[in-house]
This record gives sequence, C-alpha cells and structure tokens, in this order.
Amino acid sequence: MKSSNSLWKQKLDGKMPEELAREIDIFETEIALRKQGKLEERLFAETRLRRGAYGQRYDNGQRNDGQKVQKLNFPSGDFTKGPNTMWDAPGMQRIKVPAGGLNASQLETMAELAEEYSDGIAHVTTRQDFQLHYIHIDDTPALMRRLAAANITTREACGNSVRNVTACPYAGVCTDESFDVTPYARALSRFLLGHPDCQNFGRKFKPAFSGCAQHACGLTSLHDLGLIAKTRINEATGREELGFEMYVGGGLGAVPYHAKLLDSFVPPEELLPLTQSIARVFARLGEKKNRNRARIKFLIQDLGIEKFRELVFEERKTLPFDPRWTEYIEQARSEFRETPLKEAPQNETAESSLVTIGDLNGASENFKRWMKFNNRPQRQPGYVTVTIALPLGDITANQLRSLADIVRRFTKETIRTTVEQNFVIRWVSKGDLPDLYKALDAAGLADVGAGALVDVTSCPGTDTCKLGISSSRGLAAELRRQVSEKSFQSDEAVQNLHIKISGCFNSCGQHHVADLGFYGVSRKIAGHAVPHFQVVLGGQWEHNAASYGLPVAAVPSKNIPQVVTRLTNRYVAERENGEAFKDFVKRTGKAELKNMLEDLTRPAAGDSSIFSDWGDPREYTLGDMGEGECAGEVVSAVDFGLAAAERELFEAQLLFEKGEVDQAGKSAYHSMLTAARALVRAENQDIGDDPDQIVAEFRQRYYDTRLFFDPFAGGKFAGYLFAAHEKAGQPYSEESSRYLIDEAQLFIDAAHSCSNRLGKPVAV
Amino acid sequence: MRSILEEEVTVELQHINVKLLLKESASIALDAVIPVFHSWIQDQIFDELLLDVADYRHVKQGPGLMLIGHEADYSLDNTDGLLGLRYNRKASLAGTNLDRSSQATRSALLACQRLESDTRLNGRFRFNGQDVQLIINDRLLSPNDEKTRQAAAPDFQRLANKLFGHAELTYNLDPRRLLSASIRSSKPVSTGELLKNLAD
Ligand code: SF4
Repeated sequence: MKSSNSLWKQKLDGKMPEELAREIDIFETEIALRKQGKLEERLFAETRLRRGAYGQRYDNGQRNDGQKVQKLNFPSGDFTKGPNTMWDAPGMQRIKVPAGGLNASQLETMAELAEEYSDGIAHVTTRQDFQLHYIHIDDTPALMRRLAAANITTREACGNSVRNVTACPYAGVCTDESFDVTPYARALSRFLLGHPDCQNFGRKFKPAFSGCAQHACGLTSLHDLGLIAKTRINEATGREELGFEMYVGGGLGAVPYHAKLLDSFVPPEELLPLTQSIARVFARLGEKKNRNRARIKFLIQDLGIEKFRELVFEERKTLPFDPRWTEYIEQARSEFRETPLKEAPQNETAESSLVTIGDLNGASENFKRWMKFNNRPQRQPGYVTVTIALPLGDITANQLRSLADIVRRFTKETIRTTVEQNFVIRWVSKGDLPDLYKALDAAGLADVGAGALVDVTSCPGTDTCKLGISSSRGLAAELRRQVSEKSFQSDEAVQNLHIKISGCFNSCGQHHVADLGFYGVSRKIAGHAVPHFQVVLGGQWEHNAASYGLPVAAVPSKNIPQVVTRLTNRYVAERENGEAFKDFVKRTGKAELKNMLEDLTRPAAGDSSIFSDWGDPREYTLGDMGEGECAGEVVSAVDFGLAAAERELFEAQLLFEKGEVDQAGKSAYHSMLTAARALVRAENQDIGDDPDQIVAEFRQRYYDTRLFFDPFAGGKFAGYLFAAHEKAGQPYSEESSRYLIDEAQLFIDAAHSCSNRLGKPVAV
Repeated sequence: MRSILEEEVTVELQHINVKLLLKESASIALDAVIPVFHSWIQDQIFDELLLDVADYRHVKQGPGLMLIGHEADYSLDNTDGLLGLRYNRKASLAGTNLDRSSQATRSALLACQRLESDTRLNGRFRFNGQDVQLIINDRLLSPNDEKTRQAAAPDFQRLANKLFGHAELTYNLDPRRLLSASIRSSKPVSTGELLKNLAD
C-alpha cells in the first residue's frame, strides 16, 4: 500500500542486524511467491503468523453491517493470505518486546509505524508486546525492516512458536526480588528465537520470568514455562547461588491450568539446555492434530508431571553441547545492568522513598492520587518506579514521542511495558517526581489509578479479534468512565481491586486472575442473540496468579456496570477484618453470589439496548466470528523446510535472470540441500547444516531404502542431488546453472511427493 | 544552464492527509457519530471501500473516532487538541501533487458536508471553514526537513490559493513529526464553497 515500501530495504541497508534483515528478505520473497501462486495459502498463513502478521476480524471478506452481511469487495478480489483470509483485509502486526524492555528511540520507531502503517495507535498487550492494527500485508516487510533497524523483531510473535518472553517490569529494582531476572529472560528469548527445536510445536509456548514468588508481576503460574528467581547457599562453599524454580504447563484458555513444578532449582548454566529439552519433548510428543489439546499443559496432564520430568531430563542427557548455554552468563549480567541518570536525594532509605500523602499538602488532587497509585519505591534508596496507566493499553504516536523525551530527560532512556498494558519508568530520582508528573500530564499520560479498579485490562475482543464474542474493549471503556471518579471516593479495599475482561473464553484479557473477571459469551433472549459476559469472581493476582476465579453467572453486557457496583458495595458492607475480595467471594459462596446477580441476568422490561454491544449500535450477531489464527495451521517441519527450499530456488531464478549465474547455481544447489535436510530432519532432528552429513544421511535414509524413489522415475531425482553435491565448489557456467535450476525444481517436487507418500507430519 | 544549486528539488506527495477543524469543538460529543459512521458503511457512500469503526475516544488528543477504509481512513481526530475531520489516504495515487492533494481535500470536504447535513447530528457539526491542515504520511518520500518543505511549498500554496484565494501557510518544524502545513484563511468559507473552489 505505501508508495515507499520498496525503498526501505535500500535505505536501511547495513543498519539492521544481519539475521533479522535476512529473515525479512525471506518473508518478502514468500510474499512474492504467494502472489505468483507458488506458495500455498496454508503455508503462507503459518509463515506470516510466525512473523507476527495476524488476521483481524472481517478478513474473510464479509461483515455484518447491522442490516445485512456485506461482501467486502477488496481490489485483490478473493486472493488470500491464508485459508479464508483475504489478501487486502487489514491485519494485526504483533511486535515482540522481550521482558517488556524498550529504549527511547524504539519508542520513536513505534510512533512512526503506528502513524504511517496503522491507525495512529500502538497497543500494549497483556504479554508485554505491542500490537498495531489495520495493517496491510504488503506493508509488513517495510514495517519489519524499520523495526529491525531499531533492533526489534516480530519473528515468532504469533503462530505455533515460542512467544514473547515476559518478565516482571520491576526486575532489578524491586524490594522483594531474589535477583534481577532481566538478563536471563533476554538470553532465553535470544536463544529460543528461531531455534530449530522450537519449530515443530502443535501450539504456542509462552515463557515468563518473575523475581519472586509472592507478587503477581510475572504471572508465572499461568504460563507454559514459568521461572521464579531463587537463591540458595551452597553448603560446600558457603556462597550464595542463583537459580530458578522452573514450572511447566500453566495456561489460561477455556480451562485454566496451574503450572507444575518441574525443578526446584535450575542454575543459570542449565536454564537454556533444560528449556531446550522441554521444547524437544513438547515438539516430539505434543498433540499436533487437535489444536484444542495441543498446548503443553495437556501433554503434561496426559503424561503426569513425574513422567514428563523424567523425559525432559533424559532428553537433557542426549542434547548436543551448545556453547551458548553458558556464554551468555557473564556477558548478560554486566550488559543489562541499568543505572540511574540522576543522583538520588540525600539521606534516603528504601522505606522513605515511599512518598506518603502527608508530604503532599497543597498539591492537586490528581497529583496526590498519582503519587499514591502510580509510584512505588525501588530497592535502591531515593529512587522510585512510575507507572503510566494507558487507557485500554492504547497510546498515540505523539504520546510515544513525548514518552521518549521523558525517559531521556529522567532516566538513561529505558522503559518497560507491563502485563497490565501499562508502562513503567524505572530509576526516577524521587526529587524529580513533580517535574515528571508535569511532563506526563502535558503528554496526556498522567492518568491515575495504575493497577487499581479503574485500570481495567482488556483484550481486543470484537473490535478486531476474529474470535471475539462480546465487546471487551467497549465494556472496559464504559467501566473506566463509570468507575473512574467513583472508585477514588470509595472504600480503600475497592480501589485496589482488579478488573480484567476477555472477549471470549480464550482468556487473552486474563480474566481468571482478576478479582472481577469477565469473558464474552452470547445468549438468546426473545429469539435474538444478546452479547453477555460470564462473571468470574475471586481470582488471585498475587503470588504469581496463584488461584483462578469462579464463574458465577452470564449477564447481558449492558448490565455489567451494575454487576460491578453491586458486588463492590456488598464487599464494602460485609467485609470482615480486612478480608481480601477473593476470601469474601469464597465465604459468600457461589449460590449466594449468583442469587445476588440473578435479576441482572435478565434485561429490564422494555430495555432494547441489550441487543447491541457497548460502543457498537449494530444489532448484535455472532455471524462476524471467524476462525482464529491464535494457533495457526499446524504445518510440519518438513513442509516448512520444503517451502524454504522453494524460496531459495526462486531466489536462484532471480539471480539467473540478473546474469549472476554462478551465484544462481550455488543457490539452486543449496535449495536441494534444504529440501533433503527437511526430509532428514523428520528422522533426525539434530541434523546440522553440514552438506556432507545431509547428503550422507539422505542417501542412507531415503535413497538406500528407496523411500525417495518415484514410482516412475525411480531414484533419478535423488541422483541430481548427489551429482550437484559432488560438483559443489566448482564455478557454474550459464548452461550448468540453468540445468541445475531445473534439476533442483524436480528434486524439490520429488521431495514433496516423498513427504506426502510417507505422511511424515512431524519430526519424531 | 542552471547550476546544481538552482536545480529544483522535487518531492512526490503521497498518502496525503487533510484535516478540517470543527467549530465549537469543546461542546461536541462524538457518541452521536458512531451510528452515522456505521450507516456510511451500510450504504458504502463513497467510492472507497469502507470497512469498520474504531473508537479511540478514551485516548487523550488521539484519533478519536475512526472510520476505517481500504483506500483511506476518515476520523474525527483530536491530535494536538484540535478536533476536526481528518482524511488519511492510504492507497497510492497517480497524477501530480496537486491532483493528489485536491483528491484528499475533496474527500475530506465531502465527509464534512455529510456530517454538517446529517439530521441525526442536529446541526452540531460545523466546520470553521478557515483552518485546513495538510499532512504527508510517508516519512521516506517526504521527510519533515527544510529541503522537502521547500519542495512541497509551491504545491501546498497552490492548493491553499485554490481553496481560499489566498491563505497563510505555517509548517510544523519538529523533524520527528510528519511533514505538515496548516493553512489559515483570514475569513471563513463554507464547506460547499470550498468544494466549489476546488472544482473550479
Ligand atoms: S480472549 Fe478471545 S476475543 Fe479476546 S483476544 Fe483472545 S481470542 Fe480474541
């Protein structure tokens, strides 16, 4: 769509990390191949998902406009970028932010991209990522290059892959942490990115780090892999050692699972290899066909944690050594140490860093509230962290630029995103708080009540998500409006409750761990579909989301604000001895809670507003729901390898056309190796990149066994590979290059047939 | 022969945004526009494909209420605290810079005219007819630097003259912001007149 798309590659040449640049070139070629009909839609869908380019609501080319279902007549017609996904339909681009860490210039990049390719808004997600909406697929390579130049990747942000590695945003400055988990989170993120052992999952895999067990920031118990920092004294040396409690198999979704303890102390040198072992077991044994049972939590449930543990440690013994397992440790610890820009005020202790309301006589009410809710003391005396509460996780391009200026002015240019869809500025000298407040206020970023009742978390819901059932953002905006002033007037106990909303049972809004959680469902009233939310009460945010809430009743969307008022009033009235909300819910019991909400489950007489959702006047319908791409298509590693071979061959053809015949020949030969490797890898996942080894194993496993043999041509096409391998290293003439390109095509076609014949879906 | 220094630098203006400011914007609530935007989609009232409505009213000085389209977005945009109708051309266009800026201005004006005359809005939406912003949403083709501003200025001025006869132009000089010019006319001109002037 953008006129400048083709110019960014040249403009940013040499400014992007080589590996990211190459990755984006590959994706661009895949786009070209798809447009030429040379890459099937299912494969293209998974390949774009693995670059974070996700579908959006209505991308099947139709939309209910409130009166009728409209066909959206896109210029590219019915040409698709995935099954039932129109090429021209706007999509969402997810951008990974490992441990939520960003610097000032990365904020500026995000601002530019939101403005130029999206709708002017960047959205912070519940997994510390960014999302941009309404993106055209043709714009994605340019967008990705601009991110890469800022050292940000979208790779594996969606699809059946290792998603963003999240971490507590207070890591390194928290008063309660065992140690700073940031370097470990980043190292794990780097190590797993594109790792061959993570390419063959049946579903996504989400890791999270937390600095302590008692607070919620890392939410480790609801992750596929949860790591909690821990220290212990080595009895032999008497020295303190760092390590992690390692949990596996947590997850939300329709039925939430708590992660189970895999190992009570994993030292840093075992962090990467043990995770790699988990990935290999998951890839090998995890469900591939039924995506509803493909998360690792189901595998662990089926096997039992003891058996799973046994398999992981057995796998660990067989792992080929990788120097990266330990190389990162020293470098990481020094590289990621954050320090302050400004001196701390004199005579400060960690405790006195907590500014109390008493210090603020004469200050504005908003400033007082901001001081109360949006700040917390750091472990380092005189310094505080400041939370910027983003409404629904949204921030404008101009605000991002202002934020870049602010972090430059008050810190060493760093900031973190949080799982509550906010930002945290760390290392703020306490003396700077009034000036920082003024700067944030000028940028429209001084909303009060971070982490409080008014700071409602929401997934995209029906606004943009294909699976959305109810408007979670519409409800969140409405609740913010209704509770914002009221909540500050209400009882202290209510002010600190959490509201979290998901548009459907998939739980992206993390409603299970909220005091007041809601997820979208639909019910029929008077023969019409009506948007509802299931009310889920008493989830626990503390202790890394230690317990999940209790579904109580389904209530029409429009009645949910009344549900909040009624429940919070009752809590204030009947609370016993500082009782937490979850304990109040437990004590009151489901029957009574249901009873309390009973009348709200029905519309008031004559209330026709229930037939539409918040912020959307169209009559409500489920007709706009599409197929989700959360999981993506399960595409086998063999399919992926063969698609990569096709792409290399395509590049060889382009080189040939440009007259670069020698390079074209080399590329064609390499494409054959890639195809052969894909087949070999189905039997030996440790096959490396060594051409001799690939050809030898291919010969042994597929040629000598005649598995590769074509029913008519026999072993002829394998012979092309053997011949090309023998001649490798010799220069290619125009003629030999052209022949080789043709032979490579035949070889790759034969590899596809072989894969289909053998039905090798996964690496085993 | 002209020396290299005298050589005219050219710039291709694509993805032109045009924003017209509203009168008495402080008293305007945008809720009422949500069903209006939905009805524009129902009737596909423009020759561009209209897709969806996005509500960002919760964000301060943000894009407000958006009507997302394939070729272009329309929004009641509150960037910099200035509420107005903004047209954001997303698809590239052939022609000259003046052709493209006229297209964007015409599209914006047609949308303004519809809002002004929509009975559901009770005449509350009135455009001030004096302030028009031109924003070029492509930093690579049109970076916000002195050279590009100079190169774009004649085209901007031509558009301003076409609309208002004569009007002052000011530029946003922040290099991080998109290239943009604010046109201010000394006297207000109605939306209909502006459309007529543009067509002449
Ligand atoms: S919870 Fe449902 S509606 Fe919300 S983002 Fe996830 S899949 Fe979409």
